[in-house]
Amino acid sequence: MKRREFIQQTAAASTLIGLGGMGLSSFATASKKITILHTNDVHSHIDAFGPDNGRNPNQGGVARRASLIEGIRKKNPNTLLLDAGDIFQGTPYFNYYGGELEFKLMSMLKYDVATIGNHDFDNGIEGLYAQLPHAKFDFVSANYDFSNTIMDTHVKPYRIIIKDGIKIGIFGLGIELDGLVGKKMYKETVYLDPTESTQEMTRILKNDEQCDLIICLSHLGYNYRNDSEKISDLKLAETTKDIDLIIGGHTHTFLKKPTVVKNSEGKNLLVNQVGCYGINLGKIDFYFDTDKNKSANGTSIIV
Amino acid sequence: MNYKHLILFVTLIAFCSCKQDYRLNKIEGKQINISDSLAINQDIEAFIKPYRENVNKNLDSILAYAADTYSKSDGEYNTAIGNMMADAVYYESNPVFKSRTGEDIDFVLLNHGGIRAIISKGNITSRTAYEIMPFDNSVVVVKLKGAQVQELIEYLVKAKRAHPISRLNIVLDNDGNFKSAGLNGSPIDFNTTYNVATNDYLYSGGDHMDFFKTNDSLYMLDYKIRNVLIDYFKKIDTLNPAIDNRFIQLKN
Repeated sequence: MKRREFIQQTAAASTLIGLGGMGLSSFATASKKITILHTNDVHSHIDAFGPDNGRNPNQGGVARRASLIEGIRKKNPNTLLLDAGDIFQGTPYFNYYGGELEFKLMSMLKYDVATIGNHDFDNGIEGLYAQLPHAKFDFVSANYDFSNTIMDTHVKPYRIIIKDGIKIGIFGLGIELDGLVGKKMYKETVYLDPTESTQEMTRILKNDEQCDLIICLSHLGYNYRNDSEKISDLKLAETTKDIDLIIGGHTHTFLKKPTVVKNSEGKNLLVNQVGCYGINLGKIDFYFDTDKNKSANGTSIIV
Repeated sequence: MNYKHLILFVTLIAFCSCKQDYRLNKIEGKQINISDSLAINQDIEAFIKPYRENVNKNLDSILAYAADTYSKSDGEYNTAIGNMMADAVYYESNPVFKSRTGEDIDFVLLNHGGIRAIISKGNITSRTAYEIMPFDNSVVVVKLKGAQVQELIEYLVKAKRAHPISRLNIVLDNDGNFKSAGLNGSPIDFNTTYNVATNDYLYSGGDHMDFFKTNDSLYMLDYKIRNVLIDYFKKIDTLNPAIDNRFIQLKN
């Protein structure tokens, strides 16, 4: 008697597993994963730090980053590779080649989009323009108005990339150049208010373009504790809406993990930055599902 | 469930999954350290190689010879390496400044913290200059009134650090208090203005050298400190700077 009960229960369990399996397989097509990889403030650090380096021995290096990225892309072809600016300046490679090698290597690593940091003006706006033919990726900046400069039409406010049917909108933000970069370097580049530019971008990307994912590539800096008025990634995250991820730079901030911030609507978003010099690679995975019940419970964030 | 039902069921699922909106339900974020446990991509490595070799060849070409090892920690109020740097800024920048403005640099002030490496005895290369000065700070000439020069001297007397100076001299008494100061052997006239060469980091408030903020004018030389050093090394054969009397404390 007891034995029969046991068999019945086992049979029932198998059926459940079978159903579960069927459920999974039929929903497997209904779940998608987008991987966002990112760097910032690499500052011409093409070679790894040497073994005698006092702070970061044997860390970094483009050839190692390339292997890592290649492996991640193999696991998930729906991967984007982004950079938040200050590609230039920091090693003699920049002094000798003016950024040519940096752009060529980023193209070989298949970077998709980058924004412009203050140091990317270090050879003047002409110096940046001169290297553009070596970059097979796009530059975005929503708050630098380049219309009266040589860079006009070469930098778009945003770019939309569709991966596996998921529409991803990426816009860029740059830091105020006055006081940080010589006027004769940035010439007639006009700095626009980052918050206002963000409002315009999220309106376009969310309402008009109906993007599933909105990413801000920012070179504003993570946070300015001693200057609460100054716009930063954390401040921007809190005061705007519809951004899912802010990838930051400029302040060379090493975070243990991405920061979860509540936006102006009380919705969570991520702010991340991975220090500098190509020591780390940021990896953010976005999972999409058609299961409405799951989504109704909000987005879970694991950091 | 018969076959018809099953077909209907499957069709429904297929139909739904085409039409359904994808919604973000989970985000996972982390960072991955680029460590030496990762394999080197050989294609990338091979691409970098000729660039690296060219840079290294240039960086390692010998510019001068250092008679000894010089460190910023050797010396109390002035150091051989600091004196060399401040003097190099004067010798290399003054002709540039004079050709553009018709005026002379009166004295130079840099910061002790701005000396980022030692000079080792033996060959000096461009790499040495990159090590001493990895930052891209440039020479600026600031016109300071006598009152600000006074503040500058008070700052140095108080700091009691071997901030590199050239053509300025300061003497402290036994107790470490200010005794006298001069410019290249002449007394300072606190009623006139002076052209002080420094770097753009200090001009912008670095090391709290706030006296630079109150100035009559700023002249940007567009000349990197590192290039000053490289140009200076190229001109000399043997580098043998010394600790001297430009900033001292009298001792009985």
